[in-house]
Amino acid sequence: MTGLLAAVLVGVGGGLGAAARFWAADTLKARRPDGFPWGTWIVNALGALLIGLVTGWLAFSDAGEHWHLLLAIGVCGGFTTFSTAIVETVTMMRGGRHAAAVGHALSTLAVSWAAVVAGFALMAALLG
Amino acid sequence: MTTPGRPPHQDLRLVTLVAAGGAVGSVARYLVSLVLPHESGEWPWSTFAVNLAGAFLLGWLLEAVARRGPETPRLRRVRLFFGTGMLGGFTTYSSLALDITQLTGDGTWPAALGYAGATLLLGTLAALLGVLLGARTPPSTFGRLLRGRDDR
Repeated sequence: MTGLLAAVLVGVGGGLGAAARFWAADTLKARRPDGFPWGTWIVNALGALLIGLVTGWLAFSDAGEHWHLLLAIGVCGGFTTFSTAIVETVTMMRGGRHAAAVGHALSTLAVSWAAVVAGFALMAALLG
Repeated sequence: MTTPGRPPHQDLRLVTLVAAGGAVGSVARYLVSLVLPHESGEWPWSTFAVNLAGAFLLGWLLEAVARRGPETPRLRRVRLFFGTGMLGGFTTYSSLALDITQLTGDGTWPAALGYAGATLLLGTLAALLGVLLGARTPPSTFGRLLRGRDDR
């Protein structure tokens, strides 16, 4: 695979992922306007589940490297975001909500980690 | 540019703007991973670097935009393209979580906890530094890009 094709796959996946994140996070935010950034929290957990599923699928099938670039590096990478999550943590800290800020940061990390494990285990059970 | 009455995330032009920024940011993240490659179970320097850099830049951008007063349509496009799109696509939580899983899967729990802790702590610090810098960024920085309604 040429370097240009690899970059195109990542770019297309990343663009689709980012647009889906924008739509999903703001839709969720509008439904639960309670000051906790649920939109980004749920998007990151879903994206982590998806990268677990994709990594498991690739590990137990002979699907090619282009699927990894499009789905894992592109779609999952563009859909999830570290920068928005951590700036939301900092915004909560600056608002004096220190416990909520720490809870937000640690729960995002723990849930995303568990989602990767669950996604990979599901694919291992189905295909392994 | 923006359809009145419609929330930004349902405006196709703004969604397209975020997609374009996300594509650019994702390709940039991929290029960094080619420069700083890592094997499964090693400390993922490239994800570590893009997440810290992206946290700093997003903290700076959002604070600089917020300081301009009520968000004009142009400031909103700047925020959505560079922030939600580019920096959102540049940074990643899925790779962060996947790399931690691979470190724990290899039995290297201290490395996994160290990587997770360092990313959260230094990421928070980077975002805070960005916010402090954004609060001190004059409206004239980058030409008209960051100018609000009442700025000269």
